[in-house]
Amino acid sequence: MPEKTPGPDTAGTPHLEFRDVVKSFGDNTVLNGLDFTVAKGERVTLIGPSGSGKTTILRLVMTLEELTGGYIHVGGVPLQYEEQGGKRVRIPDKRRRRTTTDIGMVFQHFNLFPNMSVLENIVEAPIHVMGLSRSEATAKAEGLLAKVGMEEKRDMKPSQLSGGQQQRVAIARALAMDPEILLLDEVTSALDPELVGEVLAVLKDIAAETDISMLIVTHEMQFARDVSDRVMMFDQGSVVEEGPPAQIFSEPAHQRTRDFLSAVL
Amino acid sequence: MDGVIGFFADLAPNLQLLVDRSPQILDGVRTTVLATVVGALLALIIAFVFGLAQLAKVAVVRIVARVFVEFFRGTSLVVQLFWLAFVLPQLPYPLGFRLDPLLVGVIALGLNYGAYAAEVVRGSINSVPKGQYEAISALSLSPVRGMFRVVIPQAWALMIPSLSNLWIQLLKGSAIVSSVTLYDLFFQIEQVRDRTGTWFAYLFALVAYFVIAWVIVVIMNALEVRAKHSIGRGPALSQSWRTLFRAPGSKTAEGGLA
Repeated sequence: MPEKTPGPDTAGTPHLEFRDVVKSFGDNTVLNGLDFTVAKGERVTLIGPSGSGKTTILRLVMTLEELTGGYIHVGGVPLQYEEQGGKRVRIPDKRRRRTTTDIGMVFQHFNLFPNMSVLENIVEAPIHVMGLSRSEATAKAEGLLAKVGMEEKRDMKPSQLSGGQQQRVAIARALAMDPEILLLDEVTSALDPELVGEVLAVLKDIAAETDISMLIVTHEMQFARDVSDRVMMFDQGSVVEEGPPAQIFSEPAHQRTRDFLSAVL
Repeated sequence: MDGVIGFFADLAPNLQLLVDRSPQILDGVRTTVLATVVGALLALIIAFVFGLAQLAKVAVVRIVARVFVEFFRGTSLVVQLFWLAFVLPQLPYPLGFRLDPLLVGVIALGLNYGAYAAEVVRGSINSVPKGQYEAISALSLSPVRGMFRVVIPQAWALMIPSLSNLWIQLLKGSAIVSSVTLYDLFFQIEQVRDRTGTWFAYLFALVAYFVIAWVIVVIMNALEVRAKHSIGRGPALSQSWRTLFRAPGSKTAEGGLA
């Protein structure tokens, strides 16, 4: 396993902070008063049975879901709601987008734009959100495509690529926005088994070469062990236990963690 | 002579008559094609404006668009046409004005079929996968930018088969513009009818409209193949000219879902 650069800065302002977060879908409360923080540069993996709210946490950070209660702060900046004179006030979409510009997400089903080539997929947001010129954005995209081993496919359409190749492009697309926080939502779950390795290898390199904070939901326990600074075990919307991967995977304190790990390992 | 026997007995002179009247009939074809093409373009613009407006965040915009669509979809094309042609000029100044018959036809066709097509636009935009909208958010692209760069190009491929149907209906609907003194194909066929008999005249009318409709199908199929290819489904148009003659929306052999 390659050595990580600087390492998490646990002393400063948390990079990501959940404060008393509540999320319900109708009558179904998925998260009920969740508190946790992620330090700058920290890699946190969420594990736990499906339906335990892990993906919802990522989607809340990406503002794909509306917060039901509580607050999320990104680098000290309120994301979806803020407190104003004792009231909880919704932050308008435009301001939310300014905050989410620093957050990147990679999805289970890649979600590349099928009407654009690989290169166009990557340069679209850097040009129209960050204001890069087309030549700057292209140069940057080519560098990222080389990093994920896809430089020869730059003019192909997503439909001409394998799942693993599409996911590597999606990773390059997220990185092109220079995210400070990267959300990885079961990025290998939709892939054929033989394609999982190439995607995880790319992600391990990125984890080793950058200090991007990461929040990861995965069923690949070896990957979680390799890249995480901290693993959080979830069940029914709350944290059962958390700690460094060595501790969680080798000597879990709780029976529910032990049951979950013996089921997936 | 009329009836089936008359049809065959007078076939030669009737065909000769068609040839003699071909300048007028071609004029009629030109008018019908013009009303259809301009009407379809107007309908397309109306469809996008009111289809997108129904998805707007502001409730007032959605409601206005909804009322517009329901009104023009729910009132008869003939009545709309007569309103524009005969009621509008009688309205007191400054509301009342007389429109050119071609304009009356184009506006009525555009409004009526535009209302139907607005539903097609709305439906196909709604069937673009949710993941595409999520990727737009995740890249912090603005909703407007995402709509025009990502969603509409994909929805376009989905809406073409339905639009193709509507444009054919619009062509056939255009036959009633002759009732507001527009000299279209149907009007010109009516002019030869008393000399050729109904059998011959209306058989010719069927064939003439069918040929124009078929041209529309081929053009729309070409657009569909192109649109599908651009979102990575199916071969390029240059490699699949045969698919142009299939039913709208049918799956191509090599194509399908990639």
